[in-house]
Amino acid sequence: MNSKTQNKVAIGGLYGIAGLVVLILLALLGYILISGLPQLNWHFLTAPAKAFLKGGGVGVQLFNSFYLLILAMLISFPIALGAAIYLYEYAKDNWVTTTIRTAIEILSSLPSVVVGLFGFLFFVVKLRLGFSILSGAFALTFFNLPLLTRSIEDSLRTISDVQREGGLALGLSRWETVTRVILPAAVPSILTGVILSAGRVFGEAAALIYTAGQSAPALNFADWNPFNISSPLNPMRPAETLAVHIWKINSEGIMPDAKAISSGSSAVLVLAILLFNFAARYLGKRLYKRLTSA
Amino acid sequence: MDNKQLEQQLKRRSKAAKLEIWGRTISLTALLLIVAVVVAIIGFVASKGIATFTSNHVNLWDFLSGKNWNPGITDAHGKPEVGALPMIVGSFLITILSAIVATPFAIGTAVFMNEISPNRGAKILQPVTELLVGIPSVVYGFIGLSVVVPATRAIFGGSGFGILSGTCVLFVMILPTVTSMSADALKAVPRYYREASLALGATQWQTIYKVVLRAATPGLMTAVVFGMARAFGEALAVQMVIGNAALMPSSLVSPSATLTSVLTTGIGNTVMGSLQNNALWSLALVLLLMSLVFNLIIRLIGRKGRLQ
Amino acid sequence: MSKKRWVQGLVLVILMALGIYAYQTREVSHAGESITAVGSTALQPLVEAAGEQYTGEHLGTFINVQGGGTGTGLSQIQEGAVQIGNSDLFAGEQKGINARQLVDHRVAVVGITPIVNKKVGVKNLSTNQLIKIFTGQITNWKEVGGADQSIVLINRAQGSGTRATFEQFGLANHRSKTAQEQDSSGMVRTIVATTPGAISYVAFSYVNKTVQALSLNHVAPTEVNVTTNDWRIWSYEHLYTKGQPTGLTKAFITYVQSPAIQNTLVRQLGYLSPDQMLVERDANGHITKTGGA
Repeated sequence: MNSKTQNKVAIGGLYGIAGLVVLILLALLGYILISGLPQLNWHFLTAPAKAFLKGGGVGVQLFNSFYLLILAMLISFPIALGAAIYLYEYAKDNWVTTTIRTAIEILSSLPSVVVGLFGFLFFVVKLRLGFSILSGAFALTFFNLPLLTRSIEDSLRTISDVQREGGLALGLSRWETVTRVILPAAVPSILTGVILSAGRVFGEAAALIYTAGQSAPALNFADWNPFNISSPLNPMRPAETLAVHIWKINSEGIMPDAKAISSGSSAVLVLAILLFNFAARYLGKRLYKRLTSA
Repeated sequence: MDNKQLEQQLKRRSKAAKLEIWGRTISLTALLLIVAVVVAIIGFVASKGIATFTSNHVNLWDFLSGKNWNPGITDAHGKPEVGALPMIVGSFLITILSAIVATPFAIGTAVFMNEISPNRGAKILQPVTELLVGIPSVVYGFIGLSVVVPATRAIFGGSGFGILSGTCVLFVMILPTVTSMSADALKAVPRYYREASLALGATQWQTIYKVVLRAATPGLMTAVVFGMARAFGEALAVQMVIGNAALMPSSLVSPSATLTSVLTTGIGNTVMGSLQNNALWSLALVLLLMSLVFNLIIRLIGRKGRLQ
Repeated sequence: MSKKRWVQGLVLVILMALGIYAYQTREVSHAGESITAVGSTALQPLVEAAGEQYTGEHLGTFINVQGGGTGTGLSQIQEGAVQIGNSDLFAGEQKGINARQLVDHRVAVVGITPIVNKKVGVKNLSTNQLIKIFTGQITNWKEVGGADQSIVLINRAQGSGTRATFEQFGLANHRSKTAQEQDSSGMVRTIVATTPGAISYVAFSYVNKTVQALSLNHVAPTEVNVTTNDWRIWSYEHLYTKGQPTGLTKAFITYVQSPAIQNTLVRQLGYLSPDQMLVERDANGHITKTGGA
């Protein structure tokens, strides 16, 4: 076989693989959406859940999921960004750095239920935060940090050293080079990392069962005072998220329409992530244009 | 202007220098915070996991080589049955198998996205992969239960629950993670490598195989480890399809268990500080140590790849 | 000062003012009383629903109900981290719990029945056959008069209340052999419904038309048979407190035990009320007759 046919066969093989992967993924999405979409209507998206009667919705859970995601991201993104900058731009390549990297990677392989139990014993019990959004957000931060740090560091790595040298040669300090040159160039890639981890956070259940809790008291959506217990913004209230809700009704749900609610919730979850994805992609493009052309 | 003033002006830190120190301190603080988190969690798991051996006096070797897992029950010698071997084997098998299956698919897709059809890659493959990362493991588990398990049962017999079903589910679960990380690794290979290779008359495949993939090896390795790490730590989905029986896997379709599946099923039913609970934390500790070993091995491979 | 700085400062001041305003105008009564109940996932729906009704009738109180498992509930109540521990078991049955500090409040009775896949073709077993199936001496359904289909055992997780009750009263204290384990009733039911030859056990409320409930020694798993102890596989659902309850905790437990809940919610959720029982059972399994019959 000469190298040209070899080339054709190999490229053809790659097409095949990529096609197969797309097929698997589409089948999966199709399955979730086809079984879930018929359940969706306005009532389902806004009504509170019911414990044992049919006709419950997921309104509160949906809100909780987003609120928790935003809080967790607000806490974890700055930390992960700072750590990644230090690891890649400042730290010397010695055993200390290697050890830290290994430790972070190990943390990311811990099952999330362990992180959840740690969060339970530390935040819920020891710091007396109780089953609350705040405890959940901290647990999610713990769970999210290794992954996010890792992916931001990889984004920094994709920026070629020429840019760094250019920045330094212009007389910029290292920090200025990072904030003015490297980060703007890395924004799309960092954003991808953030979306990926946001997706994981959004779908996470095990870490939240013991921290944010698995009950969703009805909320008063007219009350936006974060100090009121029934206000959606109160960070100290227990908050069951959509993923936890799916887990709960599948394991112990006794409402007659548990199966429908579960597939409906899965579809909502997928759609939410889809929306989120598009929004982030659009923002990323705008941001990239503004930061680099200015 | 006298000399003293001039000296002061010269010695004063510039605004940029101040900013530099400030930025460095902030980023270092962030890193230290993460280190503190890591140390806290590892310390926490270790202290709980070691208690099985120190305060409950379980023999470490019995724990690692025993085949019976019934922490609530004592055997003929009056020792609690805490043999973790079935779960250790189960975890290893399922992780390695799913990584073996997923790696060619993930790297193939990443190459396609990056080298062959970047346009389609960016438009179709990337959004789809990112979307899939967000599907909660419970949903994967249920699809596994309603699609994969009956399929396995129909084709290979048995109850359908077992390592094979687990591998199928994990394969799909880690695919997006490995793919998108592999794509990042390929992206990091400088453009002029490809140009140089093509200019030498190499075909596209030769360029991909002999230049791009070689140059990206450490990055690809990391992607695979990450996938393995996720497979390793995955609990809810695996638990639904593996059958969750603490038995030595006699075949790929016999019900077995992984460290995480036993950990998650048991942890809510045990009382903190009791032997049953400590034994579960020991499983978590094994999980930690095993991922440490994985990491070290991959690091060695990565270093070798770079030296050549 | 640049314009940007100025705007930043203004935003900060406005945010702070809003925060203070919100704090000043918060509804103070809600901060009043709140209790947390943690534990058994099986009991969670009942306590949750009762809690919602109670807070609806008594404004200004808040009852936070969480799952986590019987073990978690008992360890947290023992540590005093929560006000109520929900449990499927007598505290004394759970290893590592000092039952003397804890006060038991029985709020419901739950009957447990063996269930099998519908295609097995068996509707009744003797206790002896059941024991042989779960200890692995009988491995095919045709040995007990069913289809030629090998038996697939599905257990609940070790330490689960349902499993403990089933092994104690269904298997006469025989230990089930190591087999598949699942940690929730919903999963068990799904798996039994879809796996040929599967057998497991769930609470009455989880039995539906997708699975076949078994009679034991020709006694059907019905509520009436539970009240007379003819159906022996049942247990209490407990709310545990550390020491005698006070304040809201006491009021809430009294509320759950009152006829208002016992005759409505408890029944709707598929439990029996302890008031219906004609017998009483203590932590060691001893039965005493209480009712008229």
